[in-house]
Amino acid sequence: MSHPAKPSLLPTLTFGIASAVLYYLLFHYADHFVDWAVRTKHGEKSLFLIPVAVAFAFSYFHGQFTGHFWETIGLRAAKTSVVTKKK
Amino acid sequence: MESSLFIDINIYTATALFVVGFVGGMVSGFIGSGGAFVLTPAMMTLGVPGIVAVASNICHKFPKSLVGAMKRHKYGQVDVKLGLIMGVFAEIGVLIGKHAMTNVKHTYGEVGTNLYVSVVFVIVLAVVGGFVLRDAFHMLKQEKEGGGEEAPHEVPKLARWVQSIHIPGTMMYFNALKAKVSVLFIVPLGIATGMLAATIAVGGFIGVPAMIYILGAPALMASATELVIAFVMGAGGTMLYSLDGVVDIRLAMIILAGSLFGIQIGAIGTTYVRDTIVKFVMGLIMIIVLFSRFFYVPGYLSHLGLIDPIQESTITTLKMFGDITLVIALAVGGITIIVALIKGMAAHRRGQEAQGTLGNA
Repeated sequence: MSHPAKPSLLPTLTFGIASAVLYYLLFHYADHFVDWAVRTKHGEKSLFLIPVAVAFAFSYFHGQFTGHFWETIGLRAAKTSVVTKKK
Repeated sequence: MESSLFIDINIYTATALFVVGFVGGMVSGFIGSGGAFVLTPAMMTLGVPGIVAVASNICHKFPKSLVGAMKRHKYGQVDVKLGLIMGVFAEIGVLIGKHAMTNVKHTYGEVGTNLYVSVVFVIVLAVVGGFVLRDAFHMLKQEKEGGGEEAPHEVPKLARWVQSIHIPGTMMYFNALKAKVSVLFIVPLGIATGMLAATIAVGGFIGVPAMIYILGAPALMASATELVIAFVMGAGGTMLYSLDGVVDIRLAMIILAGSLFGIQIGAIGTTYVRDTIVKFVMGLIMIIVLFSRFFYVPGYLSHLGLIDPIQESTITTLKMFGDITLVIALAVGGITIIVALIKGMAAHRRGQEAQGTLGNA
């Protein structure tokens, strides 16, 4: 029986560090984010894109990190999913 | 700087939101939605104003759904076309739902709105949740009688009828259904999903059963496609709330931190389980959530003067029981998913070992 290839630690570490940096920046500059929200509320409507852009950035880096993280510790999808099996 | 709307975040607040986000993410990754119903009250309990709690919840929901949809797309479970079409109409449903809520609020005030939400909760969850759970039990029984073999996917009677209707110019082929269906059937389902999302924060409690029982999609594909709908609705909702400056991105990203860990587990879990388990988890959560409402309703009725006044302390206690029931619903969902995942992985490993033994023989 062939054994699945051992996942590489590198992407987990890379995306993990990137994700940690993003969270550090978010909380280091938290007051700015609160201030931008208040300014959006008071008429500077173009700032509404900031939370949307932040959410997309976190979804990519943190999403990649969490995916690789579970794979690294051995939690992987079944090679053939139930849906595919039924075809 | 005006900061009255946004709370100070301490380590306890962050930990609580991370944990709720994690379990909620796991449930979403598995059944396509859920978790959101706990997050809004959880944030409000921590002192977040209602509008900020709703907005921040939506803001964590769309990136979470995006990651979950992409993950399950890898497993061949997502019908992107169906998800996008339903998502666009769900967005319209959200606007209609919000408008209805505003009208109820203007006419009957905050308590009237709460009662309206509770009535929608009870009707939708009792009817749809009861139906889904009954179907899951029926399938489990069939599987037991069939020696544990998965029952083949059968297109429900109603879905067969929907698929048989041919309206020229509106027919579209969908992978999840392996059939053509008129878009005119999808429009009201999308709108209903959005309206429910605007009312009780979980549109998937209509969207997923509708795709299964009215359109004829397998539960695994319906729950995966719901993530695309949630992404479209969540992105639109976030932009609307962000224009009002009420999205607390710090809160949203803390919840996202936990929920992205959870959604990966939920999505991986779907590759080890049968359609029946997805239906079972969904029906179970819906019915437990339904019971939470029974604790809130007496307070609303009392405030509206529809029943004899109840003491405020009693109302607070009942509300606490309601919140606890919501947490129980989420916890039961999370535990059921983990158990199903562990069992599924063990069965998968045994199957692979048996194949290996046969191969060596």
